[in-house]
Amino acid sequence: MDFGLSQEQQMLAESVTRLLRELSPLDHVRQVAEGGSAVSAQSQAALAELGLPGLVVPEAHGGLGMGLLDATIVATALGEAVAPVPFTARNVMAPLALIAAGSEAQQAQWLPRIAAGEVRFGVGVHEQVSRRDGSGVRCSGGALTGTALFVLDCEEADHFMIADEAGRLHIVSAQADGLELIALKTIDATRSVGELRLASTPAEALADDGGAAARRLIAAGRILLAADSLGAADAMIAQAVAYAGQREQFGRVIGSFQAVKHMCAEMAAKNEPCRSLVWYAAHAFDAVPAEAELVACHAKSHTGEVGRFVARTATEVHGGMGFTDLLGLHYWFKRIGFDRQVLGGPETVREEAARLQGWIAVAA
Amino acid sequence: MDLSYGPEYETFREEVRGFIAVNRHLAPKNAGRAARPSKEGVAWQKLLIEHGYTARTIPREYGGFGAEPDILKSRIIAEEFARAGVPGGLANQGISMLVPTLLELGTEEQKRRWIEPTLAGDVVWCQGYSEPGSGSDLASLKTSARVEGGDFVINGQKIWTSTAKEADMIFCLVRTEGDAAKHQGISYLIFPMTTPGIEVRPLRTMTGHAEFNETFFTDVRVPVDQIVGQRGQGWFVANATLGHERGMLGDPDALENRLLALIELMTVEQVGGARVIDLPALRDRLVALQAEVAAMKYNGMRILSNQIKGEPGGMAKLIVKLQACELAHQISALAIDALGELGILYNGSAHERENGSWQWNYMFQLGLIIGGGTAQIQKNIISERGLNMPREPRLDLPKGPSAQGGQ
Ligand SMILES: Cc1cc2nc3c(=O)[nH]c(=O)nc-3n(C[C@H](O)[C@H](O)[C@H](O)COP(=O)(O)OP(=O)(O)OC[C@H]3O[C@@H](n4cnc5c(N)ncnc54)[C@H](O)[C@@H]3O)c2cc1C
Repeated sequence: MDFGLSQEQQMLAESVTRLLRELSPLDHVRQVAEGGSAVSAQSQAALAELGLPGLVVPEAHGGLGMGLLDATIVATALGEAVAPVPFTARNVMAPLALIAAGSEAQQAQWLPRIAAGEVRFGVGVHEQVSRRDGSGVRCSGGALTGTALFVLDCEEADHFMIADEAGRLHIVSAQADGLELIALKTIDATRSVGELRLASTPAEALADDGGAAARRLIAAGRILLAADSLGAADAMIAQAVAYAGQREQFGRVIGSFQAVKHMCAEMAAKNEPCRSLVWYAAHAFDAVPAEAELVACHAKSHTGEVGRFVARTATEVHGGMGFTDLLGLHYWFKRIGFDRQVLGGPETVREEAARLQGWIAVAA
Repeated sequence: MDLSYGPEYETFREEVRGFIAVNRHLAPKNAGRAARPSKEGVAWQKLLIEHGYTARTIPREYGGFGAEPDILKSRIIAEEFARAGVPGGLANQGISMLVPTLLELGTEEQKRRWIEPTLAGDVVWCQGYSEPGSGSDLASLKTSARVEGGDFVINGQKIWTSTAKEADMIFCLVRTEGDAAKHQGISYLIFPMTTPGIEVRPLRTMTGHAEFNETFFTDVRVPVDQIVGQRGQGWFVANATLGHERGMLGDPDALENRLLALIELMTVEQVGGARVIDLPALRDRLVALQAEVAAMKYNGMRILSNQIKGEPGGMAKLIVKLQACELAHQISALAIDALGELGILYNGSAHERENGSWQWNYMFQLGLIIGGGTAQIQKNIISERGLNMPREPRLDLPKGPSAQGGQ
């Protein structure tokens, strides 16, 4: 019995962290973001060298064949560094869709190219969680029509994995007829999301199993967003503690004031159990399928709540400086804000968790 | 991540399950709040010791089961008893705090004399630490003991002494070295509550019961050999066991049990013909607490793994008392809100649910947030030891290590 990360997993986390520390310090993040992109070419290339595009692709298809727990560790490291690198949807959800619901031929066609970084997917499944502004995609006669909102990792995507309203997954080429991609501008400049408008756009359906694959993708996405939020919260706590240890007021460092110490202690006390929860959720996704969806909901909603608390408290510890663009703490604040809402905010996700447990009366 | 325990342990799990299935009818009902275990409680405790399901690693010559320490087996026992909803071994202050202290620092004679009857539930202890002037700042305690003709002669007062009224024995911190530095002048004594000169006055608490007491000492004579550790070492002796108490107060199995009881309550109770759990606002709070309990459960598994590997518990461990006590309190708070107006019924009223135990818990768990080192003291500890932030300035000490106690 060993509840924790293996040595290989710790090394994976360290290599991603080390690489980002070198290639993607805050100045670089800012530069990329201010250039209007959510993709750091140099970070993306270096992470591809580590094999991230094929992280969860089976070895038989040229990937590393790792599990969601490994992906989760990477997500935490990316969140910690607020790295402008597509990962959740492109490197994990898209290949998982093919693994869960693709035919052998589809897997053989797509997975090796995903692992090699030759195709770049965006993923649009948000309508399965919440529909806003009339969004939704219908499928008829092998073509898709409608709007998918909050398509993840859409910048530089050449293909999209889209769920229709029945929850079936389809592959659409970015070049296909009747497809229009509109970038959405969010608070978080380090991630790209878009609106995909489809008008009788030809699509290739995955040899699906009736919507279960989309549920699985959403569970995976939620765990990774939770992991990202956890990493961003770790970074904010570390920055708050460091700042409190050097900023002086009233002739002493502010970290010696108990009000400030207690803010930091509360952040750490709430955040630390999230780590175990996220790890377990990822482990369950890989190994305990009966629990996977429910724990994914718990991980997503709980880190969403704790993330919000940490984001505001760590900012407060920095005083006016925390509020400035100059310090850049807001990159983490916004990353956490993004992670909280995407694929369902806490209330939405908890409602799903309740439904999964039969706690919602079937309408009389 | 490997959460399987392996075949040897699964066999052990089967044994535990088999034991519970065969013997569960012997388990005491309503073991809950009583300070002194009932006759069935004592019999149950003895049966558990005999099979190694409590006091498992305590040597046989001291009345334990004498198994090699095996964290996983202990874990399996806790899991299976919790899952079956059957009370496990007793966990009073004598067993959780005094016994580990004696095992670590007691004389051979003390071990032989006290551990066995304490484990069996025959001897009940109380903890005499806090005083009217010394709570969080425990080391400032003033109850004094001077040596006179082979005895310590104790004078002073303790307060918040849980179960002092029922207890046979007390483990007590007293100042024996009047002129030594604050933390160096304390000794840890053990003596019967029937010793002449002890007066116990129950203190009614907000729950309406008297869960704790004031304990007065007037020329109480205790033979000098009834000391654990050396004279002046009492602070360190006591600190050896504060960790055990905090572990007891943050047990994730207990949280899970409370949550299951809450779920049961919310699915059974009806309001206006609908289940309470069908009310979205209350259900949302329930699921939020469920997620937090899950986080504490896996945090506990992580601590356990670190322990097996001989690694320090780190931040995961430092936060347990603070988080778990708060969470337990919130679980009870939601239960009361789920009961709504029924939630305020108490003292055996008509329509009262579960003997008013949710209200009792709601109040008592606030006490547990305060006892065992208050929430604020926990935050001092987390920030100073976990985050390496500056220590609290000490006006009471010229220099030297600060020590924050609090039971
Ligand atoms: C249910 C219950 C059972 C108990 N059982 C026992 C028992 O069996 N035996 C026993 O000896 N004692 C027992 N206690 C006593 C318990 O250990 C003390 O109540 C506790 O340590 C707090 O001390 P105090 O009550 O004097 O509060 P104080 O120390 O006076 O604290 C009052 C407030 O000041 C805050 N405070 C104090 N110091 C600091 C600081 N340095 N930084 C920030 N805030 C601070 C506290 O957090 C608290 O909010 C029990 C208490 C309760 C509630």
